[in-house]
Amino acid sequence: MSVTHLPNTHYAGLLATATTSKIEAEADWLTSLRERAAAEFNVAGFPSPRDEEWRYTNISAIEKSQFSLSEKTAEVDQALLDEALLEGCYHLVFVDGYYQPKHSSLAGLADAVTVLPLSEVFTGSKEQQDLFKSLLDSVIEEHAQGFINFNTALFSDGALVCISENTVVDKPIQLAFISSQDGALKLSNCRNLIYAMASSKATVFETYTGVADSCYLTNVVTEVVVEPNANLTHSRLQAESLKAYHIGGVYTRLENNAIFQQNNYTFGAVLSRAEIHANLSEASDCTLDGLYIGCDHQHMDNHTRVHHNQPHAVSNEFYKGVMDDKARGVFQGRIVVAEDAQKTDATMNNRNLLLSERAEIDTKPQLEIYADDVKCAHGVTVGQLDDTAIFYLRSRGADEQMAENMLTFAFANEMVERISFKPLRFKVLDELLKRFPQAGMKKEWL
Amino acid sequence: MLKIENLHVRVEGKDILKGINLEINAGEVHAIMGPNGSGKSTLSYILAGREGYEITQGSISFHGKDLLEMSVEERAWAGVFLAFQYPVEVPGVSNIYMLKAALNGIRKHKGEPELDAMDFIASVKGKMKDLDMDEKFLYRAVNEGFSGGEKKRNEILQMSVLEPTLCVLDETDSGLDIDALKIVSDGINRLRDPARAFVLVTHYQRLLDYIKPDFVHVLANGKIVKSGGAELALELEDQGYSWLEDKKAS
Repeated sequence: MSVTHLPNTHYAGLLATATTSKIEAEADWLTSLRERAAAEFNVAGFPSPRDEEWRYTNISAIEKSQFSLSEKTAEVDQALLDEALLEGCYHLVFVDGYYQPKHSSLAGLADAVTVLPLSEVFTGSKEQQDLFKSLLDSVIEEHAQGFINFNTALFSDGALVCISENTVVDKPIQLAFISSQDGALKLSNCRNLIYAMASSKATVFETYTGVADSCYLTNVVTEVVVEPNANLTHSRLQAESLKAYHIGGVYTRLENNAIFQQNNYTFGAVLSRAEIHANLSEASDCTLDGLYIGCDHQHMDNHTRVHHNQPHAVSNEFYKGVMDDKARGVFQGRIVVAEDAQKTDATMNNRNLLLSERAEIDTKPQLEIYADDVKCAHGVTVGQLDDTAIFYLRSRGADEQMAENMLTFAFANEMVERISFKPLRFKVLDELLKRFPQAGMKKEWL
Repeated sequence: MLKIENLHVRVEGKDILKGINLEINAGEVHAIMGPNGSGKSTLSYILAGREGYEITQGSISFHGKDLLEMSVEERAWAGVFLAFQYPVEVPGVSNIYMLKAALNGIRKHKGEPELDAMDFIASVKGKMKDLDMDEKFLYRAVNEGFSGGEKKRNEILQMSVLEPTLCVLDETDSGLDIDALKIVSDGINRLRDPARAFVLVTHYQRLLDYIKPDFVHVLANGKIVKSGGAELALELEDQGYSWLEDKKAS
């Protein structure tokens, strides 16, 4: 469902005049695809709160801010890199929406694995170009969403990741997106394509970080295909500047017996939206985990959609949110079970903690079930801290603030503990601990 | 050390304690016994500072200060410790973390420096060994999934780490088999000290077989109806509490 909404003239103008963002030696087919996306954007613009899918998230601040396209940066602050890059991974680094070869490292990556910036696709092999063409725009089911069209029309770079059949990637692949902009109101568009071929196994991380307190817009789209019997873990960590805007999406197709685990950690940005969509084929297995921690005036929108299209697929979704101060969290989770998707086993849980009277949570689970032999369960809670536990901790000598922080931290830490790759777990933990400075938490004690 | 005078407490409009007078000095062990519903647990919670109780009359002073004016954590810093009848599960917070946070909270208040992490762990592990607790409990969430006996041992472990001056033990013997009861009692006895006082709140005599009280008080219907030495507990064991009911009726 979409509601006609006049496009913002500033952004329509960007589409009309943008040349800097195009990829080197771009093929005609891509230019045509961009033109089509731009034409759709010119009709519908960015989503409006009148659109049911966007009723809790008003993006007018993005329209008013009139972000302009970022340009390639020559030098990157080492501190930004150090903060962003995880140990023990292959790294593909993008700064302000452009690939940075100097800071990327794929040394030791097996030949059976392709990890390539999109900016190098058209100067690469024919196979790579064909792969790119076959994957781009192949998973997204809905073109009317303005940010996707905007991304398709303008993406400047991004990653193409392809794991060949029967290949296990020895280390996680980190796609690090860094914004180095400081106060220039820039926007970047990256597009990622991840393709796990049959019986392969890999872990891919997307991380989003930027200069503290700078205002910029990240608009990213990731398309994922997981072929039969392949096993893909995909984690995204959104730790943007607290004044930034972040619109991101992960659109996934799971083929028969595929396994997909998606983890979605949200800490940054003044306004963010993450769309996590998965289309499930027969006997595929999909896990969606999420954690969102908001304070001050942050607005965090998580929008998930799981489509059970065929029988015997399993999906497990578990999102936890903590909102403090005047922060607002949104969880809209939809599970659709098609008529043919008998023996579906789907669960969705959303648990929220409100720490302030002025914080807000809007949670909306939606189940649409058209098959008759399925197991579907969902649960939603919005609560406060347990008074008995606070009393217990205080009676041991923790002051009230510390007791509250310990319990809040414990609530959130359940999601962190699930992260098996240590460098990512510690990174997420660091982000979580930043939110509770008074607690004096130390990770060596966990 | 602790002086309770004419304490009256009301909960949800109902009078629970109706004029308690009790004086406890350093080094003493007092047992407070009584039937269910006599107000024993209320008295424990009042000492620890739990909310939800209306104190309508009376006072409690602790080391000369007004205890009732102190917040829950201020009481802990001042040396009050309540071993809970039903220790609270705190999912996600590890035992070691809570112990360290609690101890450093108390040390900070006393103006003492934070403990060195390695020394602290070594000292806690030694105390766990005394209580026959597996070291793995250190890294498990506080009381989560612990058996009844494990929870009680964990309370005594916390007590031995925090070294309070007033230890209030609320039905610590309940849920302990005879082995566990001996271990827990040994743990408590090790903490006996001329500078430390104990209040053992219990329904049964059996804890007192292992921890000999200096004084026994019988609490019934919100009042201390009888006080005596250790022999009073044995008397209660023989006679039960029914004589109190008779007394009330007459």
